[in-house]
Amino acid sequence: MSAAAIPSNELIRFAKFFLQELKPRGKWITPFNVISIPIILLGLVILYFRFTRGLGSVTNLSQQYPFGFWIGFDVMTGVALAGGAYVLCFVVYVLRLEKYHSVLKVTILNGLLAYIFYSGALVLDLGRPWHIVNPIIGNSFGYNSVLFLVAWHFLLYTGALFLEFSPTIAEWAHWEKLRKLLTSMTLGTVIVGITLSMLHQSGIGAMFLMAKPKIHPLWYSEYIPLLYFVSSIFGGLAMVIFEGTISAKVFSDLIGAKTHHSHEDIILGLGKGAAITMFVYYFFLAFIFMHGEKWKLLNGPWGYWYLVEVIGFVLIPCFMFAYGVRNRRFGVIRVAAIMTVLGVILNRQNVCLIAYNWYVPNKYYPSWQEIVVTLMVVFLEVWVFRWVVTRMSVFSKE
Amino acid sequence: MDRRQFLMASATVCAGGVPNVNIKADDAKETKEFVGVLVDTTRCIGCRSCEVACSETHNNYVPEVTSDNALENIRDTSEKQFTVVNRYVTEKGEVFVKKQCLHCWQPACAAACLVNAMLKTKEGPVTWDGDKCMGCRFCMISCPFDIPKFEYSGWNPRIMKCNMCYERLQEGKKPACVESCPADALMFGQKRELMEIARHRVYSHPDKYVHHIYGENEAGGTGWLYLSAVPFNQIGFRTDLGTTPYPEYTREFLISIPLIEFGVPAFLLALNTLTDRKDELRKSDEWTESGVEK
Repeated sequence: MSAAAIPSNELIRFAKFFLQELKPRGKWITPFNVISIPIILLGLVILYFRFTRGLGSVTNLSQQYPFGFWIGFDVMTGVALAGGAYVLCFVVYVLRLEKYHSVLKVTILNGLLAYIFYSGALVLDLGRPWHIVNPIIGNSFGYNSVLFLVAWHFLLYTGALFLEFSPTIAEWAHWEKLRKLLTSMTLGTVIVGITLSMLHQSGIGAMFLMAKPKIHPLWYSEYIPLLYFVSSIFGGLAMVIFEGTISAKVFSDLIGAKTHHSHEDIILGLGKGAAITMFVYYFFLAFIFMHGEKWKLLNGPWGYWYLVEVIGFVLIPCFMFAYGVRNRRFGVIRVAAIMTVLGVILNRQNVCLIAYNWYVPNKYYPSWQEIVVTLMVVFLEVWVFRWVVTRMSVFSKE
Repeated sequence: MDRRQFLMASATVCAGGVPNVNIKADDAKETKEFVGVLVDTTRCIGCRSCEVACSETHNNYVPEVTSDNALENIRDTSEKQFTVVNRYVTEKGEVFVKKQCLHCWQPACAAACLVNAMLKTKEGPVTWDGDKCMGCRFCMISCPFDIPKFEYSGWNPRIMKCNMCYERLQEGKKPACVESCPADALMFGQKRELMEIARHRVYSHPDKYVHHIYGENEAGGTGWLYLSAVPFNQIGFRTDLGTTPYPEYTREFLISIPLIEFGVPAFLLALNTLTDRKDELRKSDEWTESGVEK
């Protein structure tokens, strides 16, 4: 819909409506606001120093550790855990399993906000962010670079997520014609979105193929792209369970009774999916491990740390999912989901920070400023999420 | 799935299909004539004139060579110094080793750079372009020799590394460090010629040199070559890098992108059609339109 096609009085109506909607609703003094507002303000102060005095003034980044917490946690992990959006789109639109439709919109919204905020946090980490458009426009395309692929696919996929979510926005703004047009595009967008996700989830892993001599051999393999892709599937599913559990409590008044009831059924299905993909992932890990004859690497602190990740945060939650689904133990499934999310976080930190340059004596630890800014990004995302779900029909009202 | 949806899907995929050209790594053997420098560590006397000449040429920090006792520690190049000389105590006595960018034949940093800010020039030096760089530091992750350094202090940081005095080469001069060397430890020339000279020295003095020229094949071959009297792992070199040029590590992944970009949507469309069961056709309009199953 071109701008000319929209009458100016419609734009004025929307502007007024938007300003009206911007106003906060409900109580101001809530525990979440009391915690998040000071941290967001502190984060902004830190960012002022970051952009005037350089990255070194607030981060612990060094020549040995050019990627820190902002990349390793915000971007790498944030993107992996946002994988639920493309997995559920696949399940609902391609496989037509309509059971999961009631959690789809909120998952897409979570994915969209994750891409905007967490991969948006990349801008904070770039040394020369004013050149961020260079790989997109202009003539400096680094076709040889995996990062070029990742950058383009981030951008395109964020657009695809926005299109997938846009019917809800159009509905909120009372643009009925536009909503119909956008809805008709959903299947195409979803298919493109799944393809883009496969490529950039694995592409983030492929970036580390370039760091072969620097990553501990237990974490390095030429299959990192495959491992990153598969772990984004169960990481995303676990995140849907985790977020669904929180939303069911926090936004219980927005969720209809029928949906509330069918939520148990959905959790069982998601848990089953997570259990299966995690077992496949574990099988891949075991295969890579044995094929690479890495037995002797297990002896020593790095080996034990590797086992903590693979047994403690992959195999055990995998069995917990299976047990929980089989015996309808929702508590077990939720704990397994949390462990799985932690496991994906741990894996990304290991590849990107902990087992990276593992032989260097002065290791990298995030500074308190890096952690505050990360919390700021998370809280901002939650603020926007809360704003959207209390205004648009994201949760199923039935 | 109707035809319109199909066309829409295909059009969007085409838009998403970023062109992939030039992703093949060059052939297994070097054919181009690139310039480089031969470093004979048996000749280096550790005077650090090269450090001073380098820093003066590039307006970097000029070390106080006579008084700073920098040889006491093993140093790394930094965002303030593109080259450093280190002293290693080995079985054959003190060995001085100059460290700087090796100007790989197929550089990891250039393969990693998404904006071609890191560039392998046709003459051979690997250069950095500040108008393109967005400061993502992926070159630092990728470089097997940990050469690119980043200015963490300052709002407008640069990636700092040796560019083999590219500006001087354009004027027909040699790199500043080569010109400043009083001990004839550095020799500038085309890599092919330097390899011949290096081999000649090794063959003429088999007892003086180890039978290896570092940089001949390391990481696919580098522009800078090193001769040594002791095994290279004793004088600060990584000897576990292999001989694969770095673009090779991601080549197959990059080649698979267009295949996935066209194959997966087709597969997904097929799945979508297959799962379209007859009894659901009646209500399919409802659920694709409203997004909520009635």
